[in-house]
Formats: sequence, C-alpha cells, structure tokens
Amino acid sequence: MTWSQWLPTLITFSPLLGVLVIWMTPREKATLHRMMGIWATIPPLVLAWIMYSQFDSTYVGMQMKQAITWIQVATFWKISYSMGVDGLSMPLVFLTGLISTLAAVASFLIRERTKQYYSLFLLLEVGMLGVFLANNLFLFFIFFEITLVAAFFLVGIWGYFDKEKAANQFLLYNGLGSGFMLLAMIALFRLTGTLDYLEVQMWMQSKASPVSPTLLWIIFISLLVAFAIKLPIFPFHTWMLRMHVEAPTPIVMIHSGILLKMGAYGLLRFGVGWFGAYMKEIAYILIALGLINILYGAVLAFVQKELKRVLAYSSISHMGILLLGIASLTTIGLQGAIFQAVSHGLISALMFFIVGSLYERTKTTELDRLGGLARSMPVLSGILMVAGLALLGLPGLSGFISEFLAFLGLFQVHPEWAAVGSIGLVLAAVYTLRAVLKTTFGPIKDQWMGLEDIQIKEWLPMFILVGFIALIGVYPKLLEESIQVTLYQMVSKIGG
Amino acid sequence: MQSMSDMDWGIMAPEWVIAIACALLIVVDLFLKNTASRRWIGFLSLLAVGMAGGWVITQFRHKSAMILDGAYILAPYTLIWKIILLTGAALVLLVSLGQEKKEYEPHEGEYYYLLLTAVLGGMIVVSTADLIGLYTGLELLSLSSYILVGIQKKKNRSNEAAWKYVVLGGVSSAFILYGMSFLYGLTGTTHVGEIQKQLSQVGSSYEAYVYLSFFLMMVGFGFKLASAPFHTWAPDVYQGAPTPITSFLAIVSKSVTFALVLIVYMAYAGPYGEFQEDMIILFMIMATLSMIIGNTVALRQTNVKRMMAYSSIAHAGYVLVAVATGNQILIPIVFFYLFVYLFMTIGVFAVIALVAEQEKSEDLKAFAGLYHRSPLLALSMSVFLLSLAGIPVTAGFFGKFYIIMGALELNHIWLIAVMIVTTIISYYYYFAVIRQMYFRRPASSDPVRVSWPMKVAIGISLIATMGIGIMPQFVLETLQSLLR
Repeated sequence: MTWSQWLPTLITFSPLLGVLVIWMTPREKATLHRMMGIWATIPPLVLAWIMYSQFDSTYVGMQMKQAITWIQVATFWKISYSMGVDGLSMPLVFLTGLISTLAAVASFLIRERTKQYYSLFLLLEVGMLGVFLANNLFLFFIFFEITLVAAFFLVGIWGYFDKEKAANQFLLYNGLGSGFMLLAMIALFRLTGTLDYLEVQMWMQSKASPVSPTLLWIIFISLLVAFAIKLPIFPFHTWMLRMHVEAPTPIVMIHSGILLKMGAYGLLRFGVGWFGAYMKEIAYILIALGLINILYGAVLAFVQKELKRVLAYSSISHMGILLLGIASLTTIGLQGAIFQAVSHGLISALMFFIVGSLYERTKTTELDRLGGLARSMPVLSGILMVAGLALLGLPGLSGFISEFLAFLGLFQVHPEWAAVGSIGLVLAAVYTLRAVLKTTFGPIKDQWMGLEDIQIKEWLPMFILVGFIALIGVYPKLLEESIQVTLYQMVSKIGG
Repeated sequence: MQSMSDMDWGIMAPEWVIAIACALLIVVDLFLKNTASRRWIGFLSLLAVGMAGGWVITQFRHKSAMILDGAYILAPYTLIWKIILLTGAALVLLVSLGQEKKEYEPHEGEYYYLLLTAVLGGMIVVSTADLIGLYTGLELLSLSSYILVGIQKKKNRSNEAAWKYVVLGGVSSAFILYGMSFLYGLTGTTHVGEIQKQLSQVGSSYEAYVYLSFFLMMVGFGFKLASAPFHTWAPDVYQGAPTPITSFLAIVSKSVTFALVLIVYMAYAGPYGEFQEDMIILFMIMATLSMIIGNTVALRQTNVKRMMAYSSIAHAGYVLVAVATGNQILIPIVFFYLFVYLFMTIGVFAVIALVAEQEKSEDLKAFAGLYHRSPLLALSMSVFLLSLAGIPVTAGFFGKFYIIMGALELNHIWLIAVMIVTTIISYYYYFAVIRQMYFRRPASSDPVRVSWPMKVAIGISLIATMGIGIMPQFVLETLQSLLR
C-alpha cells in the first residue's frame, strides 16, 4: 500500500472540496464564487501533474491501482470500487484537469446563479475525471451518468436562446447511449462475473469461446452504439450540433474538449481493449463511417454561415479522423487517435473560448456580419489565426502530428481509404481559412471599430492552450512516451 | 392442538399496540370538543407506530413461531414486511402532520386513526398464511383506504376518487374472494401451506379450476397493485385523494399487495411445472404492460399527482419483473426495491404537498422556479426524482440494477430490454419537473414554508435515498442475512 494508490481517488473527488466551500458562501457573492471556482480546479490539475510525474511509462497494465469490494450480488458476482491509470487514461486525465481550469477561468462570462453554476461545474469535473480513472465498466458508467446530469443542467440553465431544447436532446440521445451501455454491461457481467478492465480482457482472450458469438456481437454492438452517439458518429450527431451552438462558452469548451473524447476513450478502452477481434471484423464499416464523418463534416462546415456551426461540423470531421485512427487497429493509428483526442481537445477548447470572447463583444457570430476584426482586436484575431492553423493541421502544431499519425496507421493497412480520407485535410484548410478570414480580414464594419481587445483573463488561458498545442506539435514524445506501452499491449492482444 | 390460553400471544404485540392505540384514540376523539385541536392525536398515532416498529425490531431475535394454527406467523420475512409498512405509515403521518392547512380539516381525528386501522390491516395480511386472514386483513386495509381517499367530502374530485375506488376496489375484492373459494373447494383447507400440498394431488381433470382460481385472484391483485391493464382507477384516485394518502396508497397498499401476491404464489408453488410457467407468463405480461403504459402515458400528464400515479404504475411493473422470475433469490431484492421506493416516493409526495399547498395548484407549473424560492427543497426533490428515474448514484438505480441482475439469472432478456427502454423514456417526465424547478422563473419569490415534521420526513427520505445509493450492498446483505 503506497500513497500513490490514493492518487486516482484523490484526483477524482478533489473538486468536491470546492463544492463544499462554495456552498458555505452567500448566494449573491458572484466574484467570490468565481475565485473559488477557479481555485477549486487547481488541486485536480496539480494532482494530475504529480500523477504524471509518478507515472511509470514502462509498466504494463493499470498503475496506482486501488480496489475495494463494493457490491456483491452473489458470491460469484462482485463489483469493486477500483481506480487506476494507464497509458490510455493518463493524457486524458491531464487534459481534463487543464481544460477544466481554463474553462473555470472562462466562466467569468457566467453572471447568473454563480453558486449553483460552480457547484455543477465541479461536479461535472468529478464525473469526467472519474470516467477516465475508473477501472471497471460499472464505475465508468456511474461517472458517465454524473457528467450527463451535470451537463444537462449546465446547458439548460446557462445556455443561449434554445437552451432547453438542446439540453433535452442531449439528455435523450445520451440517455439512449447509456441504456445501450447498461445493457451491454449487464449482459457482460452475467457472462463473466466481473467488469474489471483487465479481467474482462483476459476472459475474452481465454474463456469466451463457449459463449455464443451472437451474444458477444450484441454486447459489442451495444457498446459501439453507446460511444458512437457520444463521439458522435454520423447518423447520431444532431444533438451535438445543438449542444455546440446553445451551450455557454465554458461548457462548450468542456463539451467539445473532453466530453466528446469520452466517446473516443470508450471506443479504445472497450472496443479495442475488449473486443479487438470483433473490431477488426467490422473495421471496414468503421472506416466507412469515419470517412463519412470527415467528408460530411468538412463539406457542411464549409457552407455554414455561423462560426459556431462551422466549428461544430469541423468537430464531426475531426472525430472522423480519430475514428479512422482507431479503425486501423495499428499501434500508430491508435496513437494517432489518442493524439487527436488530446490535440482536438486543446484546439477546440481554444476555438470556443475565442468565439465566446468574440460573442461577448459583438453579440453575433454570423460570418456575414463580422469581418475586419483584426483592426480593432489584433490579439484576439492573432490567436484565432493560430487556432485556425492548428485546426487545419499546420506542421509544428499538435493537429498535424495527430492527423499524420492517424492516417499513417491507416496507410499501413488500407492505403486506398487513407488516400480518400486525406481529402478531408484539404477541405479542413478550406473551411477553416474561410471562417477565420471572414472574421478577421477584409473591410471592417463601422460598428466593430470601437471594440475592445481581449483582457488578461482571456488571453492568458488562450496563450496557455496555444503553448500546449505548440509543445505537443514540436515535442510529441511528451505524449507518446506514456501511451506507447499500453497501446503496444493492446494491439498485441487483438490477434485474429 | 394448543388451547387459546397456551398460545404465545406476546408475539402479536406490534398488532396489539396499533389496535389498542386505535381503540383509545377513537374514544378520545368522541369525547373531545368539536373545536379542539386534534393534532396531538396524530402525534399519539405516530408514537404508536413507533412503538410497534420498535417492538418489531426486537422480535428479530425471537425464533420463528406461529399461533392460531398458522393463521399468525412470526418469521423474519413477516417482520421485514412490517418494518416496511410501519416506516411508510410513520412517514405518511409525519407528512400529514407537517401540512399547515389540512386538506381534511373537520375530520382530522378520523384521519389519523383510520390510517392506523389501515396499517393494522396490512400487518395482518403480511403475517398470515391463511386465506381468511389474508382476506380480512386486506379488507380492513381497503375499507380504511376508501374512507381516507374520500375524506374531503366537500370536494368533487375527492368524491369522484372515493367512488371509483370503492366500486373498483369492491369488485377486485370480489374477484380475489371468488378465486380463493375455488382453492378452498379444491383442497378443503384455507391454510396456504396445506393448499400447496393438497393441490399437487388434485387430478388433472380439475386443472382448469386451478387456472381459474389463480387467474381470478391475479385480476384482483392487479387492481390493488394498480398494474396494467387494471390500472385505470389509479390516476383519478391518486389525484383526488389528499396528498399524504396518495403516498400511502403508493407505498403501503402496494407493498401489502405484493406480500399477498408472494404468499398466494406459494400456494401454487407445488403442483405442475407447466402451471408455474404459465403463472410466470401472466406476471410477465402484467409487468411489461405496466412498464410501457405507465411510462408512456406519464409523458402527457401535467398534473404532478397524476404523473406520479403513472410513475407508480410503472414501478409496480419493475417489481413485477422481479416477482415474475418466481425465484427465491429475488425475495431480498423485492424487499430492497420496496424499501427504496418507499423513501423516494414519500420524499416526492412531501414536496408535492408543500408546493401544492402554497400554490393552490398541483400543476407542473406550480414547480416553476422552485430553485429560486427554496434551493434546498428543489435539491431534495431532484434527488428523489433522479432516484425514481434510476440514475446513479441514488438508491433507485441500485433497486433497478438488482432487479435486472436477478432477471438475467433467469435469462429474461426481453423483459430487461423493456425495462431499460421504458426507464429511458421515464427520464423525460421526471426531468420535466426538474426543468420547471431549475429552468423557469417563479411567479413569486417567497420561499416555501416547511414545517418541522415535513423537514424530518424529507430529511429521512433524503438521507435514505442517498445513503442506500452509496452503500446498497450493506442494505441488501442485511436483508439477506435476516432472511437466512
């Protein structure tokens, strides 16, 4: 028993400390809530950093693992409270800590009901950290549901005009996803008597053969649908568009930065980790869906008239790239997928922060009504340009290395499809530049002449994000090191 | 055969406490001036329920026993049933005492001791294995409930509710009695254990009567459970009754009927395997219909009590899923679910009673902006609703989870699928209340006044709902070890 075993639990529940403190403050002290809200996101970030420094990148399997029996239905069926971290979750835990802190800073845009807002915000963070640090499907599911409820409130109360519809749609689509996950979970639990990541993986390797393959296929497809809704994959994406447009800035940063990545994480953890051989059999379908996501997202991003919708469709396109990386089922491709998850998390958080700051000043994000903002807001426009370049995959920034790895992985197995997919990269350049240029270049409208440029509380978090994007772009080893071993082990288990 | 004086009447002490308290309170109420406050009668009733509950807890150390030739049984399972009933009754009494303006003003005395007789009826049902005992207990419960539902005799809705409840309740009792009479005719005994033995020797030429008796009884139980397709009375009655009584019907009456179902089920447990399969199919049909009808019709309700009526129909369906498996392992799970259901339902109805009193409306809109008025009340209500919806980490989630695990044991996959899908549908209407509370502006900004008995009732429910959600295993294991 070492102290580091407590790290996952500590990280996950540390934001609750902030909730307790905030509850003790009076309701109308908004500034106080803001300060505390930001401070409360520091402990998980620091702890995540400590975890990263303690992380042994040569170790196979879960580290810092802690397990206590929690629920036992019969002697055979046991569910533990077990938390731990491996190469797959480590980068995402850190990403969550980072983006949560920056989103808490960005929450100065929230002016109403701050006490409740920060309580829910921190609860959402607990859920997200728990999702990545849980060590069995049951805990994963519970934390997943916590994020669902917290995000529902955050969008429904503090969102823009059509917030309630967005919140409802979010709840129903994701509730459906949870239903599928629950179904799969229960069926699997019934078969194996465990939900532990490693134990199920071993069971799939050795003992699954007498079980009817149809049942296993049903379980696999249920899990796939659950995470396809979350990612989102093509026919299930409508809720996510609304969410991107209606959610308040900090929440959309978190949503597109982390919540969508939970779908990717689920696909990797359960799809590849447990059902690797099944994944391989339907790799064609996944590639097809990935290509649809890329092209559909890119084309629609190009024709949108509103900045947030451009970004929403670009998210779909980028998640397509991630899906291609996963579908390649090669070490490099999977690595690309994780890179893409982290990199797109950073870039989209940055993008939506910029858009939020912009909206604060202009009260519109219609591309036709903007233009020439570089004159009145040079700093914001500069950062928007950098973010745009990162989004379209300029070498030297994180977007490039991620997409490069994802496609490289696919090239190893299906070069022809990788070639089709790379059209998406060209389109990405087209729609990103169109959106960025329409906002910042050209003649400026008189009404935007007097706009104030962004302040320190805005540009500081943005610079931090830019810093990380550049860091990963020029020094990918930082990320690569921790995930290598886990991925290698995962791929070697796929077989088939 | 024991003589009457030899019997250990002491084991009936909890029933005696309630019966004596009830008799005393009736007399006191009679001699009390019309204008005198009758609030303390409520507190005395609460005290009686508490004493009976305390006694029941001490009886867990008592070894199993029976008197009156098995018409009264003391066994762990009867004690657990009584704990459920008495906890439910105590919380209902607290909610009633907490209402500032009683909905049943001129009949407050009657209200309290009728609640006691109703509970007494329930306690008789759960502690007997004799058809006559079962029927008399059930009728005592039902008759008391009819009056309680119609106690606001100046209100049209209340009268309509009472009328419907009496007529349909009477018809369902008749069905039950008719079904029981076939059992007696076939076996010549009213004792369930004996019936089980005798039924296995009944020749196949009488098989039709066995089916008939079971079917008739299930129709009657279906009515009392408010399970589809016999649920049509429930929305009107739930809406028309005083709010605490609505919760009483949802919790105590329903639990008693489940006890009845399980006892009667035992009578048929012997004879033919084929028959048992048919029984299970009947339960499954009722469970499926209840889940589907309850959860879909609830979507369209705007009156919160009506909505909760449909929600309770759905929950009867979930418990029936566990019953339908006909497996002994599931008995603790049924108990677990009923416990959980008790706390979350009382909590919801307590908040409904408070809001309806303040706003003079039971409409969904009465909850608009409750967060702005009373944040803690809104938070408690959200926890109860999330629990009813079955979202982790609340007690309701584990209730459903255990039922699903149990049903899986017997491979009732499609039943589980229906349960999961309807649960997701139910999110929508439970969240409709949450949406009102958090997303809408209130009409007035005055906080809702909460009297201390209400605070106690809501507090206990809240702690139980959260506590069981975090430590479900502890409760389930306690139940399992008690039943062993």
